Amino acid sequence: MTTAPAVSVAPGTVAIRSENLCRHYRMGETLIRAVDGISLEIRAGEFVALLGTSGSGKSSVLNLLAGLDRPTSGSVIVQSRDLAKLSREELAKYRLHIVGMVFQSFNLIPSMTLAENVELPLRFAEVDRGQRQKLSRDALERVGLRARMDHRPSELSGGEQQRAALARALINRPQLLLADEPTGNLDSHTGTEIMEMVRGFNRDLGMTVVMVTHERALAERYAQRMIFLADGKLIDDRPNAPADTARVQGGQA
Amino acid sequence: MKIADLSELALRNLRESVLRNSLTTVGISVGVASLVAMLSLGTGLQQLFSRRLAKSGLFDTVIVSSRRELRGMGRQEERNGPTPGESRVLDEPARQEMERLPNVSDAYPDIRFVTELRFEDKPHLTMISALPQSAKSNDAFDGMQGQFFSSDTEPAVILQKSFAEELLGKTPALGAPEPSVAELAKPLLGKELTMRYAQRQNAPASQPPRETAPADNSSEGAAYSVVSREQKLKIVGVSDLDPESMRGPMRAKVFLPLRLAEDLHVMQPTDLREISRVASDEPVYSSVSVRVKNPAQVESVEDAIKKMGFTAFSILDASNSLRQVFRVLYAFLGIFGSLALTVASIGIVNTLVMAILERRREIGIMKAIGASDSDVRKLFFAEAGAMGILGGIVGVVLGWAIGQIINFGVNIYLKSQSVPPEHFWSVPLWLVVFSILFAFLVSLVSGLYPAGRAAKLDPVQALRYE
Repeated sequence: MTTAPAVSVAPGTVAIRSENLCRHYRMGETLIRAVDGISLEIRAGEFVALLGTSGSGKSSVLNLLAGLDRPTSGSVIVQSRDLAKLSREELAKYRLHIVGMVFQSFNLIPSMTLAENVELPLRFAEVDRGQRQKLSRDALERVGLRARMDHRPSELSGGEQQRAALARALINRPQLLLADEPTGNLDSHTGTEIMEMVRGFNRDLGMTVVMVTHERALAERYAQRMIFLADGKLIDDRPNAPADTARVQGGQA
Repeated sequence: MKIADLSELALRNLRESVLRNSLTTVGISVGVASLVAMLSLGTGLQQLFSRRLAKSGLFDTVIVSSRRELRGMGRQEERNGPTPGESRVLDEPARQEMERLPNVSDAYPDIRFVTELRFEDKPHLTMISALPQSAKSNDAFDGMQGQFFSSDTEPAVILQKSFAEELLGKTPALGAPEPSVAELAKPLLGKELTMRYAQRQNAPASQPPRETAPADNSSEGAAYSVVSREQKLKIVGVSDLDPESMRGPMRAKVFLPLRLAEDLHVMQPTDLREISRVASDEPVYSSVSVRVKNPAQVESVEDAIKKMGFTAFSILDASNSLRQVFRVLYAFLGIFGSLALTVASIGIVNTLVMAILERRREIGIMKAIGASDSDVRKLFFAEAGAMGILGGIVGVVLGWAIGQIINFGVNIYLKSQSVPPEHFWSVPLWLVVFSILFAFLVSLVSGLYPAGRAAKLDPVQALRYE
């Protein structure tokens, strides 16, 4: 393991704070309140699960935290940056340097090899080729895919693709890992494998993790805190004691 | 993103849908090829004409005559011209003065007279004119049989083809094929002609004019006499083309070396009018041809000569309008050439818009992991630009090849018509550079809209879309 610790923020300080965060869409005549007045605080180094049924607004909150979307009203402050006030260019920089993202559908670029996918954020960060290759090798090493770095995503299993996506999320040493249903497309065995890695990032690298999921069991097993959303509103926020060791449990949905 | 990374990603993306992008690039190539073909045809034709014109001696010559003579010839007087008292005689000092003007290479008198030539005891009446040695480079003597005069005083003549036909009695019937110069020259080269002419002899000043008319055609009161003379001349050349095509009815068909002609003191039409002045031995010329070093300087030389008090004429105006014609031709060829490139540029827009639709998700991913709007825009620009440069290079090669093939084909035809081959297709370096740059620019402009659209893509929407 050669990747340096990612987090420079002292644990326990506030990493994310949102106040009366709203995101409304207009769909024809109706106004959809995807996020409707959410106020919360997440501390640096926390592992938080956002839970809710589909349409509860959990993914919308994640997109707002990721700087992919802008709030209609309210504020979301990540490490003292008010995302609502950043320009498009500044938001891109924020996504590049502060945030790592993994998705349910992996979102690797099919025309690129794993190594190229993993080093892509470094291209946007204008890192030299030599350094880029070294970092992407290290990141792939960390997720156990060093041997497959020259394969294209379509030649890999779902679990391997998600591991590659994790390596990509890690490459810029972000402070915040945002995961949107990371195990949604995986069987429970590989899902556990991925979650163990995420937990490793949280514990070893001190990354703040916000994971969107609709599987309560998964959240209970890994998250330190569970936030429940329904209809764009926060309905419950409670701490959780995660299971310390991973046990493969079959038949979980 | 760095330029190297941009080009690498752009080329990779182009390879991903290689067929579509190749077809688009081929479209650009065809556009550039047509542009190159059109403009190189224009350039080639212009060069061909300039070459021809420069060699023809038409565009670097100013023809000077005395103002008196113009009046004498019954032409309209120039309104702003000087009064008769101011006009000068076109004599040897005047000629030398013209020769000393800046940018003048030489000034030689225009000696031209009608006389009788005997060939094999048959007389032929014709117009004769004198040529300086510098006329050797004249284009009209390109296809000449035999040689140009070896010296300025050689007793030799060059015949124009039509006069050679006359001498041999071979004037072709209308519509019949003309005999070739080589055929005509064979029986004539090296043969002798006898020229009979009227020589002007200045009378000794002491003698009263009336007693000095031994010959039949002396003028009353003239200070000179006219003597009938003969001169043997060797035929050294037969020219195919007509070096005096622009002189119309005054054009000569037989040419003498200039110095020889001067030494003969042939009676010229102007002599009669200059009677009162011909007291000295100094010859007076009816006109002088002034050759300018560069056609561009004709105008200034012409002005200088007019200031000296002479009438000057050049066909610079004609050459100017010819240049104008070429400019218009060029613009037309350019527009037609660009038309295909315009169509090709629409192909680029189409291809890139398709690429955005196809790569919507990819653009969303790139944005999610930190690509800025400008990164995405630049990537699409790079793809458009790469297609433009590739298409430009292929197009230039293609256009050049088309030109070579057409040139080759036309020359085969010219050869079959026994016309010397011509290089009328020229691809100058500036055209190569310009075409590739132009293709690049057109591609970038075509990429403007797609790139902007890609950059503005909402990542949330793009990622939701499956």
